[in-house]
Amino acid sequence: MVINMNKENIVEFRDVSIAYPLKKFTLQAVTNASLPLKKGMITALVGESGSGKTTLASSLIQCISEPGKVVGGDIVFNDNGNEIFINKLKDKELRKFRWEKVSMVFQAAQSALNPVMKVKDHFIETMNQHGMKKVTMEEKEAKIKKLLNFVKLDVDRVMDSYPHELSGGMKQRVMIAFALLLDPEVIILDEPTTALDVITQYFIFTLLKKINKEMGISMLLMTHDISVVAKFADYVAVMYGGRIMEYGDVHYIFKNRYHPYTRGLIGATPSILGSTKDIEAIEGNPPNLLDLPKGCIFNPRCKYCQKICQEQEPESLSIDNMSKGKCHFYKEI
Amino acid sequence: MENTAPLMSLKKVNMYFKKPGSVLKDSNIHVLRDIDLDIYPGEIVALVGESGCGKTTLGKIITGLYRPTKGDIFFNGENVSGLFNKKINSFNQVQFIQQDGYAALNPVRTIYQSLYAPIKTHNKKLKKAEIDKKIDELMNLVGLIPAEQFLIKYPHQLSGGQRQRILMARAISLEPKLIVADEPVSMIDVSLRLSLLNLMKDLNKKLNMSFVYISHDLSTTRYIAESGRVVVMYLGEIIETGKIGDVIANPRHPYTRALIQAVPIPDPDYKANEDLPLKSMELGNIEHRHIGCGFCNRCPYFEDICTQKVNYVHTETSDVLCNNLNKVPTGAVYKTYNK
Repeated sequence: MVINMNKENIVEFRDVSIAYPLKKFTLQAVTNASLPLKKGMITALVGESGSGKTTLASSLIQCISEPGKVVGGDIVFNDNGNEIFINKLKDKELRKFRWEKVSMVFQAAQSALNPVMKVKDHFIETMNQHGMKKVTMEEKEAKIKKLLNFVKLDVDRVMDSYPHELSGGMKQRVMIAFALLLDPEVIILDEPTTALDVITQYFIFTLLKKINKEMGISMLLMTHDISVVAKFADYVAVMYGGRIMEYGDVHYIFKNRYHPYTRGLIGATPSILGSTKDIEAIEGNPPNLLDLPKGCIFNPRCKYCQKICQEQEPESLSIDNMSKGKCHFYKEI
Repeated sequence: MENTAPLMSLKKVNMYFKKPGSVLKDSNIHVLRDIDLDIYPGEIVALVGESGCGKTTLGKIITGLYRPTKGDIFFNGENVSGLFNKKINSFNQVQFIQQDGYAALNPVRTIYQSLYAPIKTHNKKLKKAEIDKKIDELMNLVGLIPAEQFLIKYPHQLSGGQRQRILMARAISLEPKLIVADEPVSMIDVSLRLSLLNLMKDLNKKLNMSFVYISHDLSTTRYIAESGRVVVMYLGEIIETGKIGDVIANPRHPYTRALIQAVPIPDPDYKANEDLPLKSMELGNIEHRHIGCGFCNRCPYFEDICTQKVNYVHTETSDVLCNNLNKVPTGAVYKTYNK
């Protein structure tokens, strides 16, 4: 199946399924997920834990944790008009592709840095691995300084520090500088502020927004926090039980809330503004991926559930038609 | 509420932690400074602040897990700060709910055993059948129905939200007057978070228990403590306290203003936001702070006098620890507050 890539998209997930074959059973973490990442935009992937958002995003750099693998569909990267099929890359090509085209800021910056290496050595090691061995130390250090300066860190102190000497927010900024090292075109952000408090979170996002605007780097943000999405993202995809339920422009999604799950999520988020009376919880528990309900997987928690929802699963979104929403009664509720 | 006597009151509570590797008394870290706090019966008090501001330490002092270095704690008018360890053990009027439900439950005990033990320890005369009945009631109260199905399970077989409910059931099993909840929903999924907050609100109303809710998330804080009080902490000090609605509508301390402005609003129309009114994003160092106001190095309204002394000012809406209130802007941080 050949689909010509939309020029606006830098990455397309086409009908991707990812499974973890285990001893007794196979866990289907992502099922027929399609998602475009628009060039120069921030796309947010919202979902609860276990919804498959990290699995889907890590397929973009083929870093799905063992024994998971892509069992269907393609992940395509737009390299100036040439399509790169990421899931078909050989190991050697993949090593070049990672970090030079797509880099990632991991969830726990605390454990993403090597505790026995100085901050600057992390940078130098990666540069050496990516064909910059012959560059002089001064040039390398100048580049590191520029990056650390950009994320507003105290360069002289941080360069020669070990990770434990830095605070959580500082480590996260080191990780962001690190992700920028090889001038990637896409950065994956996996819950970049989860363990940080609001003020640090604010600064990190201001910084990321600046990177997005000034360097034109596209971003894929994974989060469970609807407020962060509203503030930061341009496009949003809502994920539930390994499926993309709805995708669209942030303003459009928040205004219309066509999908019952999106509506529930937005409605369940407390805000510091407005009345607290309109806030309503979603009943029930997230689905067990090994024992999915028949029909639409959201039906046991859905307020608008009908007979058809319990029998038939709604059609998945496809890359050509992302605006339909995975619901039998989309736009009717 | 002010007419009734406080359930618990802290008077000039100070806490020092020993600096690792140091033997000198002077180099101890001063983590709580002169905390004065009253908690009234049936009230929800929210403690907010950045990580490292001492809110969990204060929570543990209220629960009796730490003993303050200096200062007094009164519970129902009785001074309990000098109680010996033995007596503190039977001091079951205050309970604590931890952040991580997985770490707080013994992994090799069933839920039934985890709930049975505290009730039996504190009510030695109760028969097994009576305790069973009580456990059943508790499980119903926290919404884990049918109870038998959950009681035989081990913590790892439950979801995060269910574990948090078990912690809540265990905390209320001794019918305490006051519950300290330390970030109880921060590890819980969004769709389950709200039902837990609702449960806490219900318990507060039904059983007239006071809650101390510790969090750095002002949106959930506002939801749970709707009519309660908020206590904003910074580097071991209380910098602003007041009714939560008033403080959010009209924050007076420059730090509170920044904190509220940093909270993301779940509505993309609120995107346009000017920079935070802070000089630096780093939290000050609690080990090397000078006398006077701890917020000096980040405060845009800083004056020389601030490094010398700072006093509480009583305003219409809140009590604020600041010298330059006349320079700090007033009113809501978000201009479209009434939208």
